[in-house]
This record gives sequence, C-alpha cells and structure tokens, in this order.
Amino acid sequence: MKPNIDVPLPEEPRELRSELMVLNVGPQHPSTHGVLRVVVTLAGEEIVDLVPHIGYLHSGFEKTMENRTYNQNFTYTPRMDYVHSFAHDLAYALAVEKLVGAQVPERAETIRIILNELSRIASHLIFVATGLLDLGAMTPFFYAFREREAILDLFEWVTGQRFHHNYVRVGGLKEDVPEEFVPELKKFLAGFLAKVDDYQGMFDGSPIFNSRARDIGVIPPEVAINLGLTGGSLRASGVNYDVRKAHPYGGYDKYDFDVPLGTHGDVYDRMIVRLEELRQSHRIISQAVERLEPGPIRDPNPHISLPPRQMLGRSMEALIFHFKLVTEGFHPPLGEVYVPTESARGELSYYIVSDGGSMPYRVKIRTPEFVNIQSLAYASKGHQFADFIAILATLDPVLGGIDR
Amino acid sequence: MIYLIAALKGLVLILLLLFAFAYLTWGMRRGLARFQIRLGPNRVGPLGLLQPIADAVKAIFKEDISVAKADVFVYWLAPVISFTFALAAFAVIPLGPEGSLFGLDPWVADLDVGILYIFAVAELAVYGIFLSGWASGSKYSLMGGMRSAAGLVGYELALGVALLGPVLLVGSLSLRDIVDWQGTHGWLLVWQFPAFVIYFIAALAEMGRTPFDFVEAEQELVGGFSTEYNSMKFVAFYMAELLHWITASALIPTLFMGGWHAPFGLPEVPILWLFVKWLVFIFIVMWIWASWFRTRYDVMIRFAWGVLFPVALAWFLATAYWVASKGGAV
Repeated sequence: MKPNIDVPLPEEPRELRSELMVLNVGPQHPSTHGVLRVVVTLAGEEIVDLVPHIGYLHSGFEKTMENRTYNQNFTYTPRMDYVHSFAHDLAYALAVEKLVGAQVPERAETIRIILNELSRIASHLIFVATGLLDLGAMTPFFYAFREREAILDLFEWVTGQRFHHNYVRVGGLKEDVPEEFVPELKKFLAGFLAKVDDYQGMFDGSPIFNSRARDIGVIPPEVAINLGLTGGSLRASGVNYDVRKAHPYGGYDKYDFDVPLGTHGDVYDRMIVRLEELRQSHRIISQAVERLEPGPIRDPNPHISLPPRQMLGRSMEALIFHFKLVTEGFHPPLGEVYVPTESARGELSYYIVSDGGSMPYRVKIRTPEFVNIQSLAYASKGHQFADFIAILATLDPVLGGIDR
Repeated sequence: MIYLIAALKGLVLILLLLFAFAYLTWGMRRGLARFQIRLGPNRVGPLGLLQPIADAVKAIFKEDISVAKADVFVYWLAPVISFTFALAAFAVIPLGPEGSLFGLDPWVADLDVGILYIFAVAELAVYGIFLSGWASGSKYSLMGGMRSAAGLVGYELALGVALLGPVLLVGSLSLRDIVDWQGTHGWLLVWQFPAFVIYFIAALAEMGRTPFDFVEAEQELVGGFSTEYNSMKFVAFYMAELLHWITASALIPTLFMGGWHAPFGLPEVPILWLFVKWLVFIFIVMWIWASWFRTRYDVMIRFAWGVLFPVALAWFLATAYWVASKGGAV
C-alpha cells in the first residue's frame, strides 16, 4: 500500500537519505482496543500520516435487524457497544417507542436511567483503566476493574447477564428489579466517590503523566465540531454539548447534573472529563434511587406489551394478544424516527424506517465511535508514536460500534 | 589452584544469580499482585513457589520459531550477548570482607578498575537489545532497538559522570576500596546524595524498568526488541533484563550504602546485610514499576541531557574542588 503523503521531505545528501516507515498497527495489537487497524507513516517516531482501516469486526447488525421483529432486536443492540451496552438498548427502545407511541411508566424510566448511568460508569472505568494502561501504568487497571466488577454483578442480578442485558422492552422493561437491588446499589454508591478520588490520585499531578498527556493530541473546538466529534472527547475540547441536556430524552430533564467541560482538548482533558462524568453519573443515580416508587414497569397497551402471565389462563383477549405479539410482534405505523441519545462515547441513535410491517424496513445506527475515529488522524499527526497510542485510547473506540 | 577457585566461585555466582532470577520472577509477580489487589501465582506448590520451575519447563519445551526475515546469525547472537554481559557485571561486587567465605574472598574478581568494568559490561549488554531489534526483521523490534540505542546515549553519560564524584572522594575505582572507605567514613549516600539520585535514575533507565521501559513498551511496540523472540531465546532476554535489575539493586548499596557493612551500628554478618539492602532496592524498583507511568524516550533523553547530565557535571566539579582544597582523596 502506498502511503498518502504530501509532506515534503528535506533535501539531504544521497548517502544520508532518510525514508519514511510505514507501520501497520493492528488489527492484532495490544492497544488498538479491539481489531482496529491503523496504517501509520512514521518519520523516525513522528507520525506523518495515519489511516484507520475499519471493518474487521463487521457483523451486519443493521441488515440482521431488518429481519427480526422489533422486540427481538434487543438481542442485537447491546452487542454493538459491549462496553456501554445499556445505551444501545435504551437508544433503540426510545426510537421504537417514539415510532409506536408507547408510554413508558415512571418506574421503568427511572430504572432505565439508573442502569444506563451504571453502564456509563462501567464504560468510563474501562476508559480510565485502559487509558492509563496505555500510558504504561499497570496498577490503576486493576482498581478500576474492581468497581466495574461490582457494577457487572449488579447487572447480573437485575438482568441475568453481565454485558448483553436484553432487559429493555418497547414500552418498558422485561421485568422489575429484584428486591435486594436497591440496598445493594446504595451500598455501591456509598463507597464509589472515594474510589473515583483514588483513580484521580493515581495519575493527576504525576509529572510523567503531565508530560505524556498535556498538549498531546489537541483537538480545538471548531475542528472537533467539523469532524463530528461527540461525547466526552468533544466536551474535553470545551464544547458544551451533551444530548442529555441539549435534547433531553427518557426523563433526563428531571435530574440535576452538570456537564463537565475541558479547556484544551488534549489527552489530559479527555481523561479528566471522563473522571468528572463518573461523579456526575453517581449524582444522577443517587437522585434516581430516591425517585424510585413502586408501580408498573410496562406500557399497559396490549398491542405493545405482553400481558401478565397469569392473565393467559383467564382472559381470551390476553391469550390472543400474547399469541400475536409472540408470533409476529406489533406493527408500528408507517414512518421514520431518529432519537439522539448520549452514550459514554457520544451521540448514539437509531434511525428506523417502518413500512408498517412487524420488522423494521431499515435500521441505520449512528454510533459515536465510528464518527469519532476520524479525528484520530488530525489529533495524532506530528506527535510521537507513543502519543498516538494515548490519543487513540482517549478517543475511546469500541470496535463493535465502529464496524457494527 | 587460584584459577580453579576463581572459576568455581564464578560458577557458584552464576548459579546463585540464575536462582535469584527464577525467584525474582516469582517474587515480582507476587509483589506486583499485592500492589494490584490480586493474588499472583499461587497454584504451583506452596505459595506458588514452584511456579518458576513450571515456567522454565514450559519455556524449554516451546517450539522454537525463527522469523523468515530475520538475519539468522545476529538473531541468535543477540540474546546470547544480552544474557552473557548481564551475568558478567556481578563478578566485581564484594559480598563481604576479605576471607569471610570459608577463608576465601567473597567476590569473583577484585579489579582495580571495577567501576569501569561494570560500565563496559553494562554498555555491551545494550548491544544485545540493539542487535535483536536490527536482526528481527520487524519494524516494532527495530523501533525498540533504536529507542534503546537512543536512550543509551541519553542516560549513560549521566550514569558515568554521577559516579566520578564518589570515585574522586574515595580515590579508587575498585568496588572493594569504595566499600572499605564507606566502612570508615560512613555511607557515600550522605557524602554524595545528588550523585546517588542521579545514579539511581540512570540505573532505572539502564535496567529498562518503569518509568523508562520504552524499549519494551508492550502497549506501543508490542514488546519492542523481543517481539519476534519466543521460547528460550526470549527467556534469555528476560533473564538479562531481570539480571540488570538484580545487579543494579546490589550495585547501588555497594556504591552508596556501605555495601556489606552493617547499617546503623548493627552486628556485622557477612553477606546478610548486602542481601537485605539488595531486597530493599528490588522492592523500591518494583514499587516504582507498580505506581508510575512510562516516559516517552525523547522526553527521557531531554531530561537526561538537560537535567541529569549538567547536575552530575556540576556536582562532580564541586566535589573535585572540595577534594583539591583538602589536598587529595579523603
């Protein structure tokens, strides 16, 4: 492959001529966070050019989803972003709910927000853990994974799964949370903020970390907007755009939280913004736990939600609705829908076109990772190869989301 | 007879070093695990104590794979160079007073240019890394090799100049004389604290440990110079790396902390006190490893040339002035 280079090389005498080196990073590389392949052109160790090659994890999710009923698709949604998987469940559910006009009960909305923020915390913990690991610090990884493990245990408790929850349904949730969930969650929340301070103590203020992170991979706000960057990386550049605030969805407007912003848009800011978001997510969950009132967890509309199991033996209508929903699913009206949501990585949304059938006519997924990865080249050029690894880590790619 | 004894002592030392290496792999993994809230190897034997043996058996029986693009001769030579010179450096470190080892001297060689010998051997060991990077036929290895050569230019000068102060003060290049001098005058750490700090930082770079492990840099270079090595060839590199750690952890107490002399007026026991100090430095390096980040190699070189070297030089000149004003070595 010929590298695309428009940087003129300095004229040098024949016997001292230097050459650019094309280095293939990935798809099997410890720090590409999956199977990302990046072809890097290096002058010495300085990055001259960089081309990400994606598609190694392409699974055809969008096409598959066109051949499944709306509720069956919850099996596929979390598999795209296996790190913040609940965001995909939620984004897809919100889009379909808008399409069919489902009313989500208060309790289901609150539980969704609790789980979504827990999942965001789990995702940001991975970000902090692997981001610092890529800078050569091994230890924070294990500390962050300790808390992530606690969150995954909570998820296993509620949904039966650690990653691929399949817990959200159109119009609500599959089932209510177990009784012990709330006390256990409170126990987790009580100790969490001190641990976030621990993570910050592990890197903030270290001169080595500063030399590796400050003014490295700077993305100015206007460039970030032009490149379509969203999520924590955009906010690190100082642009105040959080979908939860800008276009509130799923009840986020009822919660009080701040949007942390960076100033320089460098690796350091991107790390700090994520860390501050951990605290804000904690704040949202704490409020949500207080709001949790007993109540229904599914839209009572029998055209959308399965009737309660005990009704099947007593009500003819319930049996018919159950049969129709299980065999072919519901039929949304003709139309198309797009609901932006904020995943841990940025703006995530499902664009769904319905032709009136029980399966979507078209599903287009706007994954933030896919758009964010195009700022990699801009941020990395002119930096050292070692910095490229740090920049890649702080752009937080998840290859399942990039390749879909 | 005298040659036979020297050869025997050398053999015993090599075996001891290999034993230390094997159990350092265990101690390192157990120790790091403590820092990282995990358990470390604890399945093979009590406390996982047989883990090094299991690892050795595994390494030996692994299929030996060569890279098609490799320069075969150099590819094989590199780990040998690395390993040999890493072993050799320990020979001049005195482990106790004269005649304390069953009537023999507890060192393999008492060179009157001991410090120069250690420098020479340590520098030659870098050739192993550099050559492996060149011969592997892999770009990652090449970058690792280049980084190690570039790093060498950075830290080695500071390392050498830092030791000039103590050498001037003692008036000898022999490690035995340096230890004896500290027996009467107290630790050089007190006399030459800046030299100690500079030497310690440069020694971290020399052994390729955090924060200067950019030669290996798993997250960037996928193992750097050793990317294309496996089975026993890889183990040779790994041994060399850990032997640098072992040697430096014995060398720093020898140069700056009184060597085998007992600290704080405690009773003298041959070898024991050096062993204790050795463990302390092994632990400190591990501690740094568990808590710090990796520097970039260009930052490290700038630091070595911009801070370490001028400070070392200034300190050396100050020491020289002081020694001259006293009219010779103390």
